[in-house]
Amino acid sequence: MAHSVRRDAPELPDFSLLKRLARDQLIYLLEQLPGRKDLFIEADLMSPLDRIANVTTLKQHDVDKLYKVEYKPIVSTSDQLCFLIRPRIKTVKWICDVVNADKAFGRFRRYKIIFSPQKFYACENLLEEQGIFGDVTTDEWSFYLLPLDDDIISLELPEFFRDNFLEGDQRWVRTAGSALHLLHSVYGPFSKVYGIGRCSKMAYESWREQVEEGEQRARQAEIGNVFLIDRDVDLVTPLCSQVVYEGLVDDIFRIKCGCVEFGPDVTSSDKSIKVMLNSQDKVFNEIRNEHFSQVFGFLSQKARNLQTAYDKRSGMDIKQMKTFVSEELKGLKQEHRLLSLHIGASESMMKKKTKQDFQELLKTEHSLLEGFEIRECISYIEEHINRQVSMVESMRLLCLLSLTENGLLPKDYRSLKAQFLQSYGIEHLLTFSNLKQLGLLVEQQPGETLTVMESRVGKLVNDKTAGKLTDAFSSLAKKSNFRALGRRLNLVPKSDEEYDLRVPRDMAYIFSGAYIPLSCKLIEQVLERDGWTGLEEVTRMLNGHEFAVTAGSNGSDARVKTDSQRIILVMFLGGCTFSEISALRFLGREKGLKFIVVTTAITNSARLLESMLDNHA
Amino acid sequence: MIRGKPDEDDYWNSSKFKAFTFDDEDDDFTRLKESKRAVNSIRSLVEEEDEEDDVEKVSWSGEPVGSISWSVKETESSIRSTGEVRDQSFPKIHTAPSLPKNSSGYSLSSLFKGKAKTGSFQSFSESFGDPSIRNYAPELRKPKSEYKDYVSDWTPEETVKRMQQGKVYSLEKFHSLQDKLLLLDEAVNAHDGNVITAVLIYLKKSLSKEILFRELITREIALRHYIHYLKEIGEQKLLVELFKSLDRTEDMALMQYRDHLNIRDENKRRDFLKNCLSLPFSPDDATHVQDHYTLLERQIIIEANDKQVESSGQADIFKKYPRKASILNMPIITTLYYSCFYHYGESDGTFSSPANIRKTFRISDKQFLLTCLGARAKLKAWFDVDALFTTKNWLGYTKKRSPIGFHRIVDILQKNNAPVQVLQDYVNLVEDAEQKISLAQKYKCHDVIINTYRDLKDRQQLIVYRGKVERGSSEYRKIEEILSNSQIRWKN
Repeated sequence: MAHSVRRDAPELPDFSLLKRLARDQLIYLLEQLPGRKDLFIEADLMSPLDRIANVTTLKQHDVDKLYKVEYKPIVSTSDQLCFLIRPRIKTVKWICDVVNADKAFGRFRRYKIIFSPQKFYACENLLEEQGIFGDVTTDEWSFYLLPLDDDIISLELPEFFRDNFLEGDQRWVRTAGSALHLLHSVYGPFSKVYGIGRCSKMAYESWREQVEEGEQRARQAEIGNVFLIDRDVDLVTPLCSQVVYEGLVDDIFRIKCGCVEFGPDVTSSDKSIKVMLNSQDKVFNEIRNEHFSQVFGFLSQKARNLQTAYDKRSGMDIKQMKTFVSEELKGLKQEHRLLSLHIGASESMMKKKTKQDFQELLKTEHSLLEGFEIRECISYIEEHINRQVSMVESMRLLCLLSLTENGLLPKDYRSLKAQFLQSYGIEHLLTFSNLKQLGLLVEQQPGETLTVMESRVGKLVNDKTAGKLTDAFSSLAKKSNFRALGRRLNLVPKSDEEYDLRVPRDMAYIFSGAYIPLSCKLIEQVLERDGWTGLEEVTRMLNGHEFAVTAGSNGSDARVKTDSQRIILVMFLGGCTFSEISALRFLGREKGLKFIVVTTAITNSARLLESMLDNHA
Repeated sequence: MIRGKPDEDDYWNSSKFKAFTFDDEDDDFTRLKESKRAVNSIRSLVEEEDEEDDVEKVSWSGEPVGSISWSVKETESSIRSTGEVRDQSFPKIHTAPSLPKNSSGYSLSSLFKGKAKTGSFQSFSESFGDPSIRNYAPELRKPKSEYKDYVSDWTPEETVKRMQQGKVYSLEKFHSLQDKLLLLDEAVNAHDGNVITAVLIYLKKSLSKEILFRELITREIALRHYIHYLKEIGEQKLLVELFKSLDRTEDMALMQYRDHLNIRDENKRRDFLKNCLSLPFSPDDATHVQDHYTLLERQIIIEANDKQVESSGQADIFKKYPRKASILNMPIITTLYYSCFYHYGESDGTFSSPANIRKTFRISDKQFLLTCLGARAKLKAWFDVDALFTTKNWLGYTKKRSPIGFHRIVDILQKNNAPVQVLQDYVNLVEDAEQKISLAQKYKCHDVIINTYRDLKDRQQLIVYRGKVERGSSEYRKIEEILSNSQIRWKN
């Protein structure tokens, strides 16, 4: 099952350095507030923090008690409070309340806010308005990049997607640029950068400026090429059900910061356990990229091998036994533990999926991707809604329908929306408005011809104006053109051909052979062509914003075929899924390349859609 | 960083300030040097951050004038003299800024910001003892501009750049509308949302809203930042005005409607929704909001009534199945389910009756059936379930009909733990023979399977199936009986 490496793939750079840098800086910042202090940590910073430091580290630097930010009055008795937070208005507001409550109470404390990865002027302005600017010192913890695995680095900014693509707020663009700059400084210099999407373009610009501001150093590059891609270039892929092991685990159990919590149904005991899922887990490493249907067979084979290894003991003499115990037993036990865990997880997932008629769901998805029997799909979705089955799932299917069909017919849109609101609550009016704004779920416009006109106009005027135009026509510009793209790039293999999932022939295996993820296909094509030449029609359908640039003189060794040239850093702006990572790993094996995925966050359909919800206060 | 030994801990605790500062400063150095060695090439980044730190700390603690000079003096004389030094980064300032004696119109803190810059800059290069830092490109320009005057005369471009880098800046000199807009456009061109918002905050403070709104109409990117900012800080009223002036009435309506989520009290929420009815929604959405109001209005009536009935113990249904939650704020379909569960058979006139809910909210036949089926099946009211599908034709014959496939009905019944006797009635109604058999097998409806094979005259399959049932059971005997029936003309 483990794929043989077809060409010698280069070694990946060591990213643990990034962790060390982040830890050192945090310690430095903590020491800026000398003496004992209580530390309040934003909930979603806790896991990332856990990956690079532990409580002992914090305690060593005079952190007394640790609290989670809960937007409630605090109980701390410490004279010094330190807040480790994301630069969010809501959190800063809460801190203002805390400080002002202290003031009203006549209580004197020292406060320090450490913003990660950076602070925003809006936050500082709030401190000023609330009259506590100066009472509170602030700092930035440039913890841009968290390596989740050998080949995955996350910015851990799930809000990137909504902020950038829904709200149109470019606050994270520079953050992305800085993250890239950090990678460039440590593992570069990059010699080639490809990209597609408005945000990618801006992040590239920001990175370039930062490089210019800094000094250049001649060093041996470890990463040669970079590919930047906006999530909204391909919204179909993250909305598909994941069927590759790691993706499925994420869909069902939600992997958080590289760690998953398996409940009693998996552990077959009365308690849950948290497990790190990465390449260190030898069993997981072998199945993570496999189609789920292949996993059971693999696991049982593995179990048999393990049994054989244990059985070796029977014919051993004392000396052999001693060697066995000292050398093999520990490894076997470890493997045993992991095996039973993943078998448990597989069983539990199997159960959950059969309960909700997974096969039928997948069939509907595949029909949508193929553009086949759309009426049947619509009635399937309708019934899904009528039966009040998972709201997010219903929304996912509706969005897939809209994206693949270039919008819903007005009559279908109205009827499905009405039924959705009846089933899940009328306040989802707000969600529908968001989905429309982003182009995830739209009504077909009667004047389809407008788009053609717009793209013509777009070609005539220069980039800057085109950008404005695109914004003005934003709802129109977000036509997904999925069918045409699918044909052009052969994304949907013919369904009458058998697809052997044991020996995948292309990246479509991650979706049972039904669909090659658009995002990964673009990457493959551009790398193959060394640019966008020949893909003009494709980029036009994707609303342009593609680029391919080569470094100037200082990237003089660009043409030398070094290992670094075969290491490609792919940065997803707005999140990527585990399935896409699996697809890229497959592509890497096929082409003798190594991909490093940098993402603003690991996403999946549920996370993506939940970020669109507006139904809570 | 050797702080592990327990006997040392006491010492640290007793005199931590003094010792700590000392140690700490060393720490900074070694750490920075370490980092520097480790990643030579990212040094510029580290420096940038630290430099930033210096600047910011100076300016922030520098708000009250007294404290500035105080802390400056402190740091000037000695870093280690007191434990009260708030900022560990101060120590590196060797040259204290000379504060101007004449108090001009400019705030002291802003003046100080500019000068402190030089100090921290110098200290850094000195502390590193690295001449290369002087070649650090943007720094070349900076000192020059800082010596110009206390009034910064940075261009919009320079200002935006400085803001991006977290350096000292001043927006005060952008007085004219033209300058303000140039600054805004420059920020937009730099693609840095943080800076765009910062400029917008300044414009919000220094321009009348009418003028700002007018200018934002043609600046889509800035506008979206502004809207997002207002949303985040909760300036609802201003946002409504903005939408109004942009003629984005539907957005405005939704924005206002959204506020109902913040209202906990159901009566207040209902009244709020009633007020929402006059908002300029799109025609479709207006209907939905009307529904929302009607729904909550009825839920309040139903809730009050049922609560009372439940507590008085009058109705069996509530005794047998106590309500798990209030019906308030539940979706329409959940309300219908509730009504089918607790208020089945009530006359159409009552608000709580299924028929009334169905009519009021224009619920489709299919949807009504599904919900009703679920509720009655849950109660194991199989008679009601039957009645849902039974239609009488004019001759008085009864027939079962359904707007959705019977295989679905079977599925729903099964999920509600319907007994085999009930299930098989519905499995039998599935038209497609193959589907019927697979469902029957799934739910172990032996009779259906046996009869279907009999009807299909499929002797082979029947023999196979005989092997699957328990020997001697009633099913077994039934198969035997059929197989030995000479009347049947088997096809195989």
